[in-house]
Amino acid sequence: MADPAKTLDFQILETQSQFKGEVPNTYWRMVAYHFRKKKLAVFGFWITIFLFLVAILAPLLANDKPLFFYHKGSVYFPVFSGAEKIDSFVWKDLKKQNPFIYQHITGKEKATAIWPPVKYSPTEYNLLEYLSPPNARHWFGTDDSGRDVLSRMIYGAWISLSVGFVAVGIATIIGILMGALAGYFGGWTDTVISRAIEIMLTIPTFFLIIAIIAFLSPNIYNIMAVIGLTSWMGSARFVRAEFFKLKQLDFITALRALGASHKRIIFLHMLPNAMAPVLVSAVFGIAGAILTESSLSFLGFGVQPPTPSWGQILSQSRDYIEFAWWLTVFPGFAIFLSITAYNIVGDGLRDAMDPKLFR
Amino acid sequence: MKSYLIKRLLQIIPTLLGITLITFIIIQLAPGNPAMLKLQMGKGEGTLGEKAFSEQIIQQTKELYGLDKPLYVQYALWVKRIFTFDFGFSYKDHRKVWDKIAERMPITILLNVISIFLVYLIAIPCGVYSSTHQGSFVDNILTILFFVLYSLPSFWVAMILIMLFGGGDFWDIFPVYGISSVGSESMSLLPRLLDLMWHIVLPVFCLTYGGLAYLSRLTRAGMLEVIREDYVRTARAKGLSERVVIFKHAFRNALLPLVTLLAFLLPSMFGGSVIIESIFSVPGMGQLGFEAVLSRDYPVIMAITAISALLTLIGLLISDILYAALDPRIKLE
Repeated sequence: MADPAKTLDFQILETQSQFKGEVPNTYWRMVAYHFRKKKLAVFGFWITIFLFLVAILAPLLANDKPLFFYHKGSVYFPVFSGAEKIDSFVWKDLKKQNPFIYQHITGKEKATAIWPPVKYSPTEYNLLEYLSPPNARHWFGTDDSGRDVLSRMIYGAWISLSVGFVAVGIATIIGILMGALAGYFGGWTDTVISRAIEIMLTIPTFFLIIAIIAFLSPNIYNIMAVIGLTSWMGSARFVRAEFFKLKQLDFITALRALGASHKRIIFLHMLPNAMAPVLVSAVFGIAGAILTESSLSFLGFGVQPPTPSWGQILSQSRDYIEFAWWLTVFPGFAIFLSITAYNIVGDGLRDAMDPKLFR
Repeated sequence: MKSYLIKRLLQIIPTLLGITLITFIIIQLAPGNPAMLKLQMGKGEGTLGEKAFSEQIIQQTKELYGLDKPLYVQYALWVKRIFTFDFGFSYKDHRKVWDKIAERMPITILLNVISIFLVYLIAIPCGVYSSTHQGSFVDNILTILFFVLYSLPSFWVAMILIMLFGGGDFWDIFPVYGISSVGSESMSLLPRLLDLMWHIVLPVFCLTYGGLAYLSRLTRAGMLEVIREDYVRTARAKGLSERVVIFKHAFRNALLPLVTLLAFLLPSMFGGSVIIESIFSVPGMGQLGFEAVLSRDYPVIMAITAISALLTLIGLLISDILYAALDPRIKLE
């Protein structure tokens, strides 16, 4: 047997040389350090940020109103407010004339307008231009009522991401509570919750969701709630396993001896130490929720028209599949991209949290 | 082994109870339930015709599940329905729900069994190869391929396959509608079987690739873990050939957890059936469920939810029996 003290020294030396001076000193910094080393994971992370920005900035990226409008000596920001004060024909004509974002017209109707990159609102239809393939004005083409596909996709990003985040938020909260109770108290509490997890895993979740949606009405809040209520099992299992490990550690025994309440021990002392696997399963959960939402919308049980969502554009394309490839390819790719991005980030996080790296 | 199987069979009981309970909770959301009715009355949506229609549905649903009776009576009624497969009559064509499902079940089970079989048949060799050739060109390609496949939404893949092979602008190779050609009834057995096979190529592909990617990644990860074990090093050290080390010592141990995964693949496959069957117009349970939801045919919806859960339970049992048969620790017990 080697001298334990010596081995320890050796390990510390090794870790330090590995980090070349900048030694990450907390757990999460270590995780961030290892995550950043994976180029693909970082790339996936930037895609999720990009999608997040698109979703949040949707009204600024695609709108039938100009961002900035100067007309007859007054300045307007029609996207935000005051649009009704201006004669809307002025900018509607402007929009037809010029494909550029910046427009300046001299003469009788002197006006300056700065447009969003996509000059169409998601519900603005134009029956003269229905099902037109991608062109200079409609970059991703138009659908069967002449609505701009890119504009609909930009607003669809908001639907997908908000369903993803809210559903996963609900699922994670339920999962943490269930897992914490099962892992902390053990005994019959654990038996009941473990059985519940097993049962939920046995029932085909997607069909369960459709069945519930059939009874309720298919709106975005119901969908968030239903996806959340049917996908908490992953995080519950992780938290349960972590709590089983944690509760045998000395600091928990010490807390008990000090007379800390169960609530205090669970939420203040154990939970922060069990968050790592929860985070990983939440990131994968977002990918899953986005997939479920788009599947539901594809089947027509999701967000109802005219609210745009990716799955719904794809579902529209079913009638024109023989020629309108743009209706199939672009929204499908958006779904694929966001699912892949979250899966890559989840993978990277899981690897970065692998305790083998910290040895 | 016997005691293990008996134990597993007993464990089925609470799961079964759970399934009845969860499906029962869904019924409580049904229109006709006094509380829900109050909630929906407030909105006052729908045209007159729709209202009359939903009034009728509400009345029928109330009678079917005895929604005006006390909760425990309702539950007892529902459990009785599940265990006698008596799910009442469809609102749509007034046929017995069980008959409708029974005639649609074989094709769904056929599709899923073929898919599961293909998943295991392809994923395991790929995963083992990847793990024994870790970092090689083929391993990298497979890893990327499976990662992409894993994230591809099946309905998108289905649409693109239809676009490419369904006789649009590109090729006309596969039929994309139904499971048999016109006039296939008059064919003899072999051409008819071939015709069926030809029709289910695309649906089976769409059902298979996701599970394939998932299982292959897990096989690789499992093998990599097992290969690092001491007993594998021992096997190598005593001079066994690499083949024997991999297949006799490593693979058998990595295989065990994969068998139990069957139980987790099945539910997602049944979910996938709803989408894939409705895209390719396959007359199976999934399509029936889809149509039932569209027309608010509650007895059919509830029956399919319950039956697909029961089918998954059977899959779970099969995977447990396989596990017991493969794991010598259980066999010897």
